[in-house]
Amino acid sequence: MHQLVRHLIIFATFARNSLIRDMTFRANFLIEFISSLSWVFMNLGFYILIFQYTPSLGQDTGWGKYEFFVFTGTALMINSLAGMLFMTNADNFGELIRRGGLDFLLVKPIDTQFLVSLQRVDWSSSGNLLVGLGLTLYSLKCLGTWPSAVTAILYVFYGLCGVVILYSLMFLLAATSVWLGRNETLFDFWFYIVSFGRYPMEIYQGRFGHPFRWFFTFIVPVLIAINVPARFLVEPLRPRSFSDWLLPLFTILATAAAFAICRGVFQLALRSYRSASS
Amino acid sequence: MPFQRWQVWITILRISIQERIIYRGDFMLGTLMRFLPIVTQIFLWGAVFSALPSQDGAPGRIVGYSYHDVVAYYLLTMLSRAFSSMPGLASGITRDIRDGTIKRFIVQPIGLLEYLFFYRVAHKLVYHAVAIVPFAVVFYLCRGFFKETPQGLEWVAYVASLILAFLLGFFLEATLGLLGFWFLEVSSFLFIYMLLSFFFSGHMFPIDMLPEPMASLVKLIPLQYLAYFPAAVFLGKIRGTALVTGLAIQAAWVVVFAFLAQLALRQGLRRYSGFGG
Repeated sequence: MHQLVRHLIIFATFARNSLIRDMTFRANFLIEFISSLSWVFMNLGFYILIFQYTPSLGQDTGWGKYEFFVFTGTALMINSLAGMLFMTNADNFGELIRRGGLDFLLVKPIDTQFLVSLQRVDWSSSGNLLVGLGLTLYSLKCLGTWPSAVTAILYVFYGLCGVVILYSLMFLLAATSVWLGRNETLFDFWFYIVSFGRYPMEIYQGRFGHPFRWFFTFIVPVLIAINVPARFLVEPLRPRSFSDWLLPLFTILATAAAFAICRGVFQLALRSYRSASS
Repeated sequence: MPFQRWQVWITILRISIQERIIYRGDFMLGTLMRFLPIVTQIFLWGAVFSALPSQDGAPGRIVGYSYHDVVAYYLLTMLSRAFSSMPGLASGITRDIRDGTIKRFIVQPIGLLEYLFFYRVAHKLVYHAVAIVPFAVVFYLCRGFFKETPQGLEWVAYVASLILAFLLGFFLEATLGLLGFWFLEVSSFLFIYMLLSFFFSGHMFPIDMLPEPMASLVKLIPLQYLAYFPAAVFLGKIRGTALVTGLAIQAAWVVVFAFLAQLALRQGLRRYSGFGG
């Protein structure tokens, strides 16, 4: 408990420092804030356009306009949380290795992965988080279904699981920069893989869709990161089969496994680190 | 020494090709990865179309596009963008203006625009020589989506529209970059341009899908010629006189922006005060 409080205090300091840093270059902050929001609104425009022509995404899937917008709002919140907390840090990790800056972090009396993962908070992505929240609440209001307290708690819990899954994938890739030296293409890779999860998993259908869906649910669990929490709010399908009931249980398992693998690879990477230049 | 103009051009071309060819490995992988979003697009549109009510027994269409058309359209706009996108052109020009590198074009017997033009041609030649492999693989895998292919002269029109798309992209972005003479920092202009062109060039969806009056408005501005127009020509959505006038308007926009770029360069150099070393 004492350890947890200590880590929380340290994280709060990181968050505060990052905010001060961002506020020092206020115009730059504002531009980044607006530009990331613009992309979000562009995408929303595209979705609105799609729903001008179709009543739902896929036949009898239950993903109507507002159900889908609850999904998109959830996706926005989970993605922007992962981006806000970890993206700059993952990006910076390659630099720490290349220039040997990691030396200074290794000697600090705190877990290195914690330090590397959370040093900087990218506050300019917070706008996306708020838009995601607003979109989810607005869509729920349009649907007229408010979740019960238990559902809301489960939603938040599984949303956080989603963030952990995205984090694990990101740092799994970042850790490889110890061996590879650079990781820019790997980040594109992360981004593209994660973007598979931005749509309801029902769209992956047919001869190629099913194996695809299976792979990105059970092997690389990006589809469940957003699908599972979003389903608690809109539940477009009554659980139809046994496997629908199992999915939330599997998500807990997958989150734990993803984090454990990421942790293991990261420790292995630290052991292979041979410092540089400093 | 009678050093011909074309010899200058060929020299620029040769040097630039050598420069670009160094990074081919990374680049092939990067290009292949850029096709990954297609996977989601194919499934997304599949889901959209599967929910459409059928029209007289035939599968539903959206503004005349069938499911296969939309996926083929999406692939074709990637090809259009491979011609018309100019990564780093405008921002490169403003950087040169800001740090003074642009001065060398005042003293050297070579124009800024012609240098950049042949540098780009080299860049695109190398790009296409390498990218043809991933493009061929993806188009082969997706061949089932191409129900409509150009007939006879339409091939000529398609190739012409791609070349014009390249020219338009070049002069449009060069003009934006040359605004740097007046503003020094044009990244916010570029951002707006990127955002608009992402949506209104038809990169994500056929612009016919936009509601009126937006659709008509968007067809008046030149952005559609960067992605939508060549793809629509390929799919036979634009035929006959509409095709001829379309190509003429596209060519006219190229001339307009070529003129604007020249004008901006001339006027810009006149007020240029040569910052930096």
